[in-house]
Amino acid sequence: MTTTTDPTDKYEVVIGLEVHCQLRTQSKMFSDCPRDYFDREPNTLIDPVTLGLPGTLPVINEQAVSYTILAGLALGCRIPEFAKFDRKNYPYPDLPKGYQITQYDQPFCLDGEVAINADGRERTVRLERIHLEEDTGRLLHRDDGGKGYSLIDFNRAGVPLMELVTKPDLHTSEEAVVFLRYLRQIFRYTGVSDSDLEKGSFRCDANISLRTHGAQELGAKVEIKNMNSFRSVQRAIEFEIIRQAAVLDAGGTVEQETRGFVDGTGETVSQRSKEGAHDYRYFPEPDLPPLRIETAMVDELRASLPELPRARAARFESAYGLSRDEARTLTETRQRAEDYEAAVTLVGDLDLASTVAHWLIGDIAGRINELGRADAELIDTGITPKHIAQLVQLVDEGTITASTAKDVLGFAFDSGDLPETIVEEQNLKQVTDVHAIKDIVVTIIENNPKAVDDYRGGKESAIKFLVGQVMRETKGRTDPNSAADLIKTTIDS
Amino acid sequence: MDSAVPEIDLNRTAREHAAALRVGEYTSRQLTEATLSQIRSEQDLFNTYITITEELALQQAEAADDRLSTGEGDPLTGVPIGVKDLLSTKGIPTSAGSRMLEGYRPTFNCTVVDRLQQSGAVIVGKTNLDEFAMGSSNEHSAFGPVRNPWDTTRVPGGSSGGSAATVAARGVPLSLGTDTGGSIRQPAALCGVVGLKPTYGRVSRYGVIAFASSLEQVGPFGRDVHDVADLLTTIAGQDSLDSTTVPEPVPDYKAGFERGFEGLRVGVPAEFFGSGLDESVRSVVETAIERFETAGASIDRSVEIPTVQAALPAYYIIAPSEASANLARYDGVKYGYSFKDGESVDEEMSMTRGYGFGDEVKRRIMIGTYALSAGYYDAYYLKAQKVRTLIRQEFAMALSKCDLLLTPTTPSVAFALGEKIEAPYEMYLSDLYTLPVNIAGNPAISVPCGFVQGLPVGLHLIGRPFDEATLLRAANAYQEETHWHEQAPQSKY
Repeated sequence: MTTTTDPTDKYEVVIGLEVHCQLRTQSKMFSDCPRDYFDREPNTLIDPVTLGLPGTLPVINEQAVSYTILAGLALGCRIPEFAKFDRKNYPYPDLPKGYQITQYDQPFCLDGEVAINADGRERTVRLERIHLEEDTGRLLHRDDGGKGYSLIDFNRAGVPLMELVTKPDLHTSEEAVVFLRYLRQIFRYTGVSDSDLEKGSFRCDANISLRTHGAQELGAKVEIKNMNSFRSVQRAIEFEIIRQAAVLDAGGTVEQETRGFVDGTGETVSQRSKEGAHDYRYFPEPDLPPLRIETAMVDELRASLPELPRARAARFESAYGLSRDEARTLTETRQRAEDYEAAVTLVGDLDLASTVAHWLIGDIAGRINELGRADAELIDTGITPKHIAQLVQLVDEGTITASTAKDVLGFAFDSGDLPETIVEEQNLKQVTDVHAIKDIVVTIIENNPKAVDDYRGGKESAIKFLVGQVMRETKGRTDPNSAADLIKTTIDS
Repeated sequence: MDSAVPEIDLNRTAREHAAALRVGEYTSRQLTEATLSQIRSEQDLFNTYITITEELALQQAEAADDRLSTGEGDPLTGVPIGVKDLLSTKGIPTSAGSRMLEGYRPTFNCTVVDRLQQSGAVIVGKTNLDEFAMGSSNEHSAFGPVRNPWDTTRVPGGSSGGSAATVAARGVPLSLGTDTGGSIRQPAALCGVVGLKPTYGRVSRYGVIAFASSLEQVGPFGRDVHDVADLLTTIAGQDSLDSTTVPEPVPDYKAGFERGFEGLRVGVPAEFFGSGLDESVRSVVETAIERFETAGASIDRSVEIPTVQAALPAYYIIAPSEASANLARYDGVKYGYSFKDGESVDEEMSMTRGYGFGDEVKRRIMIGTYALSAGYYDAYYLKAQKVRTLIRQEFAMALSKCDLLLTPTTPSVAFALGEKIEAPYEMYLSDLYTLPVNIAGNPAISVPCGFVQGLPVGLHLIGRPFDEATLLRAANAYQEETHWHEQAPQSKY
């Protein structure tokens, strides 16, 4: 047995994140070439600008600029009056021009601030900046019986890419993951990005260093790349903390370098030392004049911001009497929150807001999960807020029983028909007229003399059995309480 | 029609050809055939073309004839024109004078070629140039040097040497060049033709193979100022594909021609008449100044551009810096020359660039890479940009007191082939008077103003930003006064 000590007893962990996120624009960053390359044949979404053919010039995608500023506003950033683009020079086969157009010292967004709740504590994470740049192509490495070669797909080249850089304000892997989930939620809420890690539209690098508690100087920073899921972010950070602590414990010094996370082993391996770092020779992009960001444009974007998840959850709690967990669950995606509110509005009775929530969080969420898609929403189950509203109303009016309602929902999922139609066509209305079920009750009493005797003998539970029989005969359409009353009066009379 | 081919006088200007085409004196097809035959014979003497586009030219000529036959057509419809081989032409080899673009045929036209085609001009060929427009003698061409039609032992100037020489040699009445530091005006002066560099932002750079993006403009060559004004009108104006073009309307450049020298205030800055100026060139230019004065212009010798001393060093920081990035895309991966048998991607890229680029191009890439490197940026690039701001302010100040500035175009007449090829700095000095204008962004024109030992001398007029009209008006008044532009080289073919 090895004795494990928690490295954080001795060291403070300092983590900063760099997040790259592809924007959901119509076209690419600097030309009108379509942007959405998912599932497209290699090199079919290209044009002269994307390929950087000689003489081509970039033209700024205004939608990408708006999206970046919108994301910045949602994350509490300051939008400076002037911004510009720069060239970042480095040769690589997937970089068509031999330089990337990015923003060096005058990005669109500065100084944001985000509150997160991780490890049971509230924390503030400061953002340094958000800037806009173009994505690169992709190298596809092949191996033909030992002779390796690489192919290049330029579909991704020129896709608008937003890069967010945090201050070194994170301290645990849990915080990092909670922060990243929050970012993704905001990017999706504001509609600026799909932020799908698997598709590569949301990518994260982490800068990690350790220092002894109380130390002023930050330790040597190690940059971790190749983390393709939230889980790998968590594992990579945890591995790196232990690795660096071990180096320090052994009296060594952590080297400033870039390391890659290997999913299979859960380890990080050295990729590039500090000496191997590029000199990117940034200089202002001469093909794009500097931009002046008009206050009116920023104001307009600020006004267009949707209500963000935290604020919305707080409002759901107070306006609809939901629990904190319910409110949080219902505001997890903007679509879900909007579906919920649409249903509540259609029902038109705040007293039923919590019932609507129960349906959404219960049976409907179950159905959504069964679809097995991370981005599935209500619409994907085949029903709409109107379905939910009718269902809740039908139960509330006593037209159907709660148990019938579950069946109606099932029919609705399958057919897309509205609950009122289903109830009508399948004759599922609750039987409320006692005379209509009197015959059934009499027959059941005649056929179950033992239960009747038990009841007469003072065994109240025998009634439950008889009610169950009635429910079965009426296919659940009877209100169990009135059935019990009817059975009792019939036996007693 | 072919049986009676009329004798066509190729000394004619574009305007005279256009008039002849309109009255049916000859057809565009006949003019084009005569032109093609002329430039083929000229090719052996002066090496002015890299590609002669016979097939396209004849097609365009026939289309022009159709258009003219309906009474339609622009001033350039049916008129032959040469285009610098730095301008992308769809489906036609575009070499930039480099081995690097071996086999490259653009998939698109540059904007100015599109505009030429819309006007009905007939493109007869792609003219020779210094590799990637880097050079002042046209000796840095992978396709061999161009020779000066006035003396075939001498250079035509550069980098648009082919465009200047073919107009001088009566191959075509008009051509297009590009001017990054003097590449239109210097060869225009050395070949005895008119050449204009428009204001930065006046003409689209889209599709023009980039050397130094913040300095260069496409501009016209012609044998007289009227033709140059017509060609500028055709190519000028905002382009949605070039963000550095401006919405400023394109005026009627010839509207003020009848006012001649009337009220013109001409500044003569002493800094352009310093010790580097050849004495015989000085005396020709002084005579021109006297002509201006006697013809009614007022001469102001008090204007100053003191920082012009720093223009050459600043230029040789800014231009190579931008070039180092602009030429990074030539890596052998996507198009053009590619070294295939390397052991690694890095080796193949480096071999490709080592062979593909000529010495002058490599020299500038090295200078630019160095100037942008970490630790040197502030001392070189940033300082050069400050010089640029000062020079721009000084031109603005000088031009607030007068309508235009008058200087020699070049310090000397055409020098001998081989004379400066081993002395880059000497070569750079031949742009001493032209490159400050690129740094400031102003428009400038060179017009023939006399001869020194049988070689043409150019008069350089510099105007206010977007006031090409005044430049053209003054140049036209001067040419009507002197008729130097009507002199033709005698080295006959």
